[in-house]
Amino acid sequence: MSLPKSMQQPMALRLSSAGFLAFWCLLAAFPIFWIAVMSFKDPVDAFASNPLDVVFGPETVATGRGLSIVSIVVGLAALWYTFRLATTTLPRLVKQFSPPHLIVPGWIIGALVFALGFLIVFAGILPPLLSAVNSVLGPIGEPILGLTTEHYSAVWFENAFYENFINSLIITVGVVTVSLTVGTLAGYGLARSGSSLAFWILIIALIFRALPHSVLVAGYLPPFINSAEILRPLLGDAAPTLYGKPWAVIAVLVSINQPFTIWMLRSFFQNIPNELDEAARVDGCTHFQAFRWVIMPVMWPGVITTGLFSFLLAYNDYLVCSLLLDAQNQTMVPAIAGYFNRETTTTDQVEAVAAAVSIIAPLFLLIMIFQRQIVSGLTAGAVKG
Amino acid sequence: MKFKTFAAFVGPSIFLMLLFIAAPLISVFMQSFYVTQPIFETVEVETCTPGFPTQTCVTETKTQPVLGDDGKIVTAVKYVGLESYVNVLEPDRAWAALSALDFRALLTIDFWKALRFTLTFTLVTLPLVIGVGLVIAVTVNNATRMIRGPIIFVSLLPFIITPVIGALSIRWLFIGDGIMTAFLEWWLARDIAMFAQGWTIELLMMFYRVWHVAPFAFVVFYAGLQTVNQDTLESAVIDGASRWERLRYVIIPHLMPLIVFISLIHLMDSYRVFEEIVGFSSQAYRISLQWLTYDLLTPDDSGNRSISRASASAMLTMIGIVVLLVPLLRKTWRDHKGGKV
Repeated sequence: MSLPKSMQQPMALRLSSAGFLAFWCLLAAFPIFWIAVMSFKDPVDAFASNPLDVVFGPETVATGRGLSIVSIVVGLAALWYTFRLATTTLPRLVKQFSPPHLIVPGWIIGALVFALGFLIVFAGILPPLLSAVNSVLGPIGEPILGLTTEHYSAVWFENAFYENFINSLIITVGVVTVSLTVGTLAGYGLARSGSSLAFWILIIALIFRALPHSVLVAGYLPPFINSAEILRPLLGDAAPTLYGKPWAVIAVLVSINQPFTIWMLRSFFQNIPNELDEAARVDGCTHFQAFRWVIMPVMWPGVITTGLFSFLLAYNDYLVCSLLLDAQNQTMVPAIAGYFNRETTTTDQVEAVAAAVSIIAPLFLLIMIFQRQIVSGLTAGAVKG
Repeated sequence: MKFKTFAAFVGPSIFLMLLFIAAPLISVFMQSFYVTQPIFETVEVETCTPGFPTQTCVTETKTQPVLGDDGKIVTAVKYVGLESYVNVLEPDRAWAALSALDFRALLTIDFWKALRFTLTFTLVTLPLVIGVGLVIAVTVNNATRMIRGPIIFVSLLPFIITPVIGALSIRWLFIGDGIMTAFLEWWLARDIAMFAQGWTIELLMMFYRVWHVAPFAFVVFYAGLQTVNQDTLESAVIDGASRWERLRYVIIPHLMPLIVFISLIHLMDSYRVFEEIVGFSSQAYRISLQWLTYDLLTPDDSGNRSISRASASAMLTMIGIVVLLVPLLRKTWRDHKGGKV
């Protein structure tokens, strides 16, 4: 494609815009890259003031833990292959093996199996294999890049971070499922009704979206703590205390998320031509049957995108979870705060870094797989104004 | 669509929002006028210690909480009117500080300190987010097609990662002898302690917020740039418009609705700034309105939560966001009345 001369960019502009983009990418990725590097080093290396020491980790190597050139090459090749697998083979397999109406569960199962496989290969198979290979190779088998996974095992097993992980999993799965069920119904209703009432519901939802979450939590706390006494006349002795219960938090997060969900799904539903459900109605479907059998099958992109954002809201939430859950049921993000309360040694600090990286890792995978959906979701509502 | 069908579709969602958003709002409003306090009684207690030749007995009056039949402390709910609001706002001290034009004194009161920070934070980051987002969008749009995918992937990272963790990741670069502090010290040849005073933390927090939200603005603007009318651009070229003039008079007006959209979302989100305070542990220097409520709701050393004051501060926070939203709501209402929904 040849552009007219006046539309071509002068050299200076090209260079400066390329330079700016490079700078931005560095800025965007550096903090995350850096804490990932830190989390694999001895505390002395992780907090060294010389960046080369942090990257190569001489202290970590000195204690005999590190990667040789061979390991690095094999590891990078494995990572590249994993990336290819995630972006090409995984979507194909999911499409092939899950029936069209079960595409979302198919994706969830696919992603979980993939993550598990990744962990088995990288934590179970590669390390012993490579250490055997390195010991025969001589000089190129010598470790040059310090790397230790001890902080991760300390975080996940000694400090029982897996319990927080399970709590996070319960909360996010619950929030995504309920949000989408309730939200698609409401989004469809609002998109197909041109009444004034629908308009007002959307405006009130917009105001609700702006509310700081602390305002709402201030309203929940007293009734949640005393809920057993409040509900006793209604439910008898089986009345539960809502405070500290994951399902109560799921209900709260779903409600907080509803305004956003219905706005987003409504704009997706509006893209589906009205004629489609009119045709179904002429064929004798009720509104609900038309929704279930005609509209939903073409709505999956919108549902997946909205589900991703619901997932992010529930997964990233700090305020609601830390105030409404007790210590035993705490999710991952508030649990990080616990590391700061006992942050006395540098080892504790590096463990906090490792915990933080563990929280980000699934998100990284998420963008890798769903990048297109996230971008289309961000732009779906916005571009039409 | 009949009303009944509409209600069946929208009902569950409305029910959830009424139960978990509207009802708590009303309850917060009510709570802010009442205080729950334990009932105390004054009793005379005689304590005797073994002594020689006689016991030593001391009689003293003690104030202790009344225990109910179930062994719990009996509490009473008392209507206090605006007292909680007064406790949060401290109008006397605030007025004294204002009339003496002593802003330092005003900022020793938690609420005013939080309000000052929240508003500064919101208003300073807003133009930065829009500017940076726009520049990235324009440069990516100019770049060759092949590198756009990877750039979008990298750009999404700051936006998607957990806000607390994002703030932490930047904190670890600067804390103590962190890598960036070490670099700045080497470059400027002086000692730097980023976390020893308020304003540097405030700068870092603003930097973090721009880093976190600019990708969102970028993606939205980038989508908008794909729909710019090429004919208009070409005619602008024929009319001799320079690159800058094309940007100023064709592209930015086209993106205007998106700029308004981003500003709105950013206004809502940065008004409830909170995660930065947790991530940077800045509560000794800088607090936000939402953090103030959070702090009042967190149990103190004796396990009490100051629900009433938290409710008052929550109501004040809410009034703030409503004031910020009024212009938008009025515009939407006018559009609706004009039949343009």
